[in-house]
Amino acid sequence: MHPIGVLVAETLVPPGQAPAGPNGGPPPLPEFEIIPLKGLPIVAAVLVGLVVAIASNSLWALTFYHVAGGGIWTSLDLFLGLVLGPILGRLSIPSRVEFTVRFMPKMLLIMPTVVSMTLGAGFQLARHVGNLDAAYPHHAWLVTSYVIVGVMAVIALGLLEPANLAVLFELKKPHPNGARIGRLMKVFIVTAGITGVMQVATIIIMTFLASR
Amino acid sequence: MSAVPHVGPPLDDVDRRQADLPPVQVIGTVTLGLLVAGGIVMAAQMNRSTSLTVPAIFVGLAVLGFLSNLVLLSRIQSFAWATFRMVLKWAVLAYGVVAGILEFVFIYDKTPGKLLAMFSIMLLVFALNVPLILAYAVARYQDVPK
Repeated sequence: MHPIGVLVAETLVPPGQAPAGPNGGPPPLPEFEIIPLKGLPIVAAVLVGLVVAIASNSLWALTFYHVAGGGIWTSLDLFLGLVLGPILGRLSIPSRVEFTVRFMPKMLLIMPTVVSMTLGAGFQLARHVGNLDAAYPHHAWLVTSYVIVGVMAVIALGLLEPANLAVLFELKKPHPNGARIGRLMKVFIVTAGITGVMQVATIIIMTFLASR
Repeated sequence: MSAVPHVGPPLDDVDRRQADLPPVQVIGTVTLGLLVAGGIVMAAQMNRSTSLTVPAIFVGLAVLGFLSNLVLLSRIQSFAWATFRMVLKWAVLAYGVVAGILEFVFIYDKTPGKLLAMFSIMLLVFALNVPLILAYAVARYQDVPK
């Protein structure tokens, strides 16, 4: 989610500085849904699968949900921050706006889903194989991972997600305030950067534990 | 004493109103941090007989933070309540599902009574607190109907 901050902050400049639209005003924003309703059945199916995996205590299903969810979560954060972000920064302003309003709503569905998959299945998997037990030899590493994920959760839910949602609602207004979006996106950029770095720490701990 | 001059783009009504709004988002984020801290302490001591005093303090403070936010919200005179309610409704549904899945895990794993009660309170506050943060964060930047 990292590049979107740069994207919108650079895209929505204060009134008067914006590039002219067809009638001399700011360029029109494409229509978009804040929550893409078509994606909800997919989210529901994934969550039902998660509940089934937990209820069945299937080692394969739990491992699948935890590894697939964690892989998607981490990859998205790092790919968007390191690869897509710089590309988007070079696109034309209308292209960036169009990308933002089509992309950010989808992230509102994707990210909570993959986070739920990873954490829900991860907790049950750790319990199933005995890693949650305080007597587990690498328990300290596990607790460290709880702390990292906990901090990430507070940053994501307390700062990043509210800024993300506020930007989408601002973009829905007839005349979005570019300066306000810029301010909100600064919060977004800083918090996304912090969680991105913490993702790397999580990968190190998880691969260490998996190799023991 | 003269006011500090504003530097940057001109402020609109929504920007000017921000200074009068209570720190609901800050308190909500601290509340979330307390819940997470309590959860970490409990999860770190899983399968080890231990006191619930520390997690109970965290949860107590979190409940206090949440209730404080409700009081602060009730005192706001001019606010985009329609937007607030709309976001709150959908966010409660979404985070209620997430909390419900976690509650299911704890019940399914036959988590002992006191631990389960503590986790349940945490999840309840979580499922209400996060939507409150989201709804407030959106509504504070909406135009207030005259």
